[in-house]
Amino acid sequence: MISRRDFLQAAMASAALYGGSGFGNWSRLAAQQALTQDDLLSFEKFGNVTLVHVTDIHAQLKPIWFREPEINLGVGKNKGRVPHITGAEFRRFYGIEDGSPSHYALSYDDFVALGQGYGRMGGLDRVSTVVNAIRADRPDALLLDGGDTWHGSYTCYQTEGQDMVTAMNALKPDAMTFHWEFTLGTQRVLEHVQSLPFAALGQNIFDAEWDEPAEYFKPYEMFERGGVKIAVIGQAFPYMPIANPGWMFPEYSFGVRDEHMQEMVDEVRGQGAELVVVLSHNGFDVDRKMAGIVSGIDVILSGHTHDALPEPVVVGETIIIASGSNGKFVSRVDLDVRDGQMLGFRHKLIPVFSDVIAPDPAMTTVIDEIRAPYLADLEEVVGTTDSLLYRRGNFNGSWDDLICQALLEEREAEIALSPGVRWGPSLMPGDPIKREDIWNVTSMTYGEAYRTEMTGEFLKIVLEDVGDNLFNPDPYYQQGGDMVRTGGLGYRIDITKPQGERISDMTLLKTGEAIDPAHSYVVAGWASVNEGTEGPQIWDVVESHIRRMGTVTLDPNNSVQVVTG
Amino acid sequence: MSFTRRQSLALGLGTAAAVALPFRPALAAVEDDIAAFTGGAEVGSGGVTLTAPEIAENGNTVPIEVSAPGAASILVLAAGNPNPGVATFNFGPLAASQTASTRIRLAGTQDVVAIAKMADGSFASDRKEVKVTIGGCGG
Repeated sequence: MISRRDFLQAAMASAALYGGSGFGNWSRLAAQQALTQDDLLSFEKFGNVTLVHVTDIHAQLKPIWFREPEINLGVGKNKGRVPHITGAEFRRFYGIEDGSPSHYALSYDDFVALGQGYGRMGGLDRVSTVVNAIRADRPDALLLDGGDTWHGSYTCYQTEGQDMVTAMNALKPDAMTFHWEFTLGTQRVLEHVQSLPFAALGQNIFDAEWDEPAEYFKPYEMFERGGVKIAVIGQAFPYMPIANPGWMFPEYSFGVRDEHMQEMVDEVRGQGAELVVVLSHNGFDVDRKMAGIVSGIDVILSGHTHDALPEPVVVGETIIIASGSNGKFVSRVDLDVRDGQMLGFRHKLIPVFSDVIAPDPAMTTVIDEIRAPYLADLEEVVGTTDSLLYRRGNFNGSWDDLICQALLEEREAEIALSPGVRWGPSLMPGDPIKREDIWNVTSMTYGEAYRTEMTGEFLKIVLEDVGDNLFNPDPYYQQGGDMVRTGGLGYRIDITKPQGERISDMTLLKTGEAIDPAHSYVVAGWASVNEGTEGPQIWDVVESHIRRMGTVTLDPNNSVQVVTG
Repeated sequence: MSFTRRQSLALGLGTAAAVALPFRPALAAVEDDIAAFTGGAEVGSGGVTLTAPEIAENGNTVPIEVSAPGAASILVLAAGNPNPGVATFNFGPLAASQTASTRIRLAGTQDVVAIAKMADGSFASDRKEVKVTIGGCGG
């Protein structure tokens, strides 16, 4: 159905991103000369339908630094396949020139040097400019938000998500689906959902008691655009009550539910849908598996795992689009739909270079109004960093090391555990650390930092359990996060082994001694999914640690030895 | 603060205590239960569908559904529970559909097995691994 020619067009459209300044030509001036807003937005209109996809914004209203992962291992069938390639390998796969804007936007290495030239990315006012430009070209384009929108910043926490609802309403999406939104708690989520001027979708959001589709969340919405009947089916994050505190939304049950997805696809086709789009928060590997099981889906707009891919991945007759995170990218997908069939596509992953794309003044005003009451708190400088602070990757990032260090020292613990989440922007060496920056990597509704004792045996079970959530060879048994970050504890992990056999050589770093299964260790951590967890909020712990340090300098962390087989 | 044993089991980072390890102790009991149901007859595949979550949201109450058009009865086993027997659903000749759903308790990550006895006396089975975990934090 998708011809080789159409596929090449898609590749060429995304190839238009590349080029730009040459290798080593890293000054800001050179970057800006090589890169223009017109270049970034140029797109030869194709077919009769346009989809615009944003996802996993994590409440990032302002431009940010965001370093993509260095380590993103795939297992089973996904070993060595996108999105599980990084750095130079990723660039070679997509023909990205070293030192180019795409190198900076899509891969991790030379991040600091390239960042000097290309600047921050994202900012919802820049995203708005991109969306407006696409709408000017195709007024009835569908804008779809993949969720993880109402979470992840100081203002989002203080306003219980109202900041993002207000800002996104100004962007006028046509539908969204959900994940972290539910950690606002059932009552608050429903308040927002019932206020939305667009569709709140999730075919896998079920009533926990009756095990039937939940009220207030429709499985799908039908649209007519460009003379084409389009069904957009929502797929919320399948493992919400497991990965996040289920007690905050006990009324709901989720799961992949691909049988029900098939029923919904058949139902919308029966109602005359000529194009079936799934707006998904499954994570990429789960989406790829689902595309091979459920028939009749034309496009999956994939979210959750924060992958940014410059070309769609094609599974059978389904194309999967991955649009990154934190407002760094906007995907535009043009489709030629005729006689009830998707005949071709053209795609572009638009990188939102904040110094190149002009902010939309109307959205800037909205953002400024949201931030105004909190501005002094947001911008208070707590310390400075000499090191690059980043998180994204399967194992500890430097932000995680700093958080673990804070837990060890401020909470007087032997071992620290920090959740392997994929959100949280980076900071460049020399940057001041503002309160806002700390909240960007810690903000959540269950941020209490606990302090407890765990035996060595129990710690191994923790690592094995989280390891299986990441490295189970069957994507349907993965939850899409990264490995739990550890402080004061080293270990070896063989990702090719089954659960129970992956973790070995656990070492208490303070003494260099092997972890004793029978001994109890003092453990500090945060983000417990357990109701009634007590302790100071993690952002306060990290802030007081940074204040004491003044300037943050981190050594490379070699405490986790990874065996990939 | 202090944690009770129960609370420790649910510390947010994906702590699942002993239940995280696949349970294999009751295999002999499972074989016995299957043999008792089938009388030792060969068990084919296809014709029976077991629907269960890949990862249980709560191991104490896991929703499952079995469906086998034309079946006379369906045996459901939780292969890793200390007592694997869950239920046998019998369908009379007037049953409108041979489908049943219930909620079961799973001691840990394990296979759930459904074996259907068809009207012609043949047997078919389906199985699905259900992971029991307390999870951690996703993206």
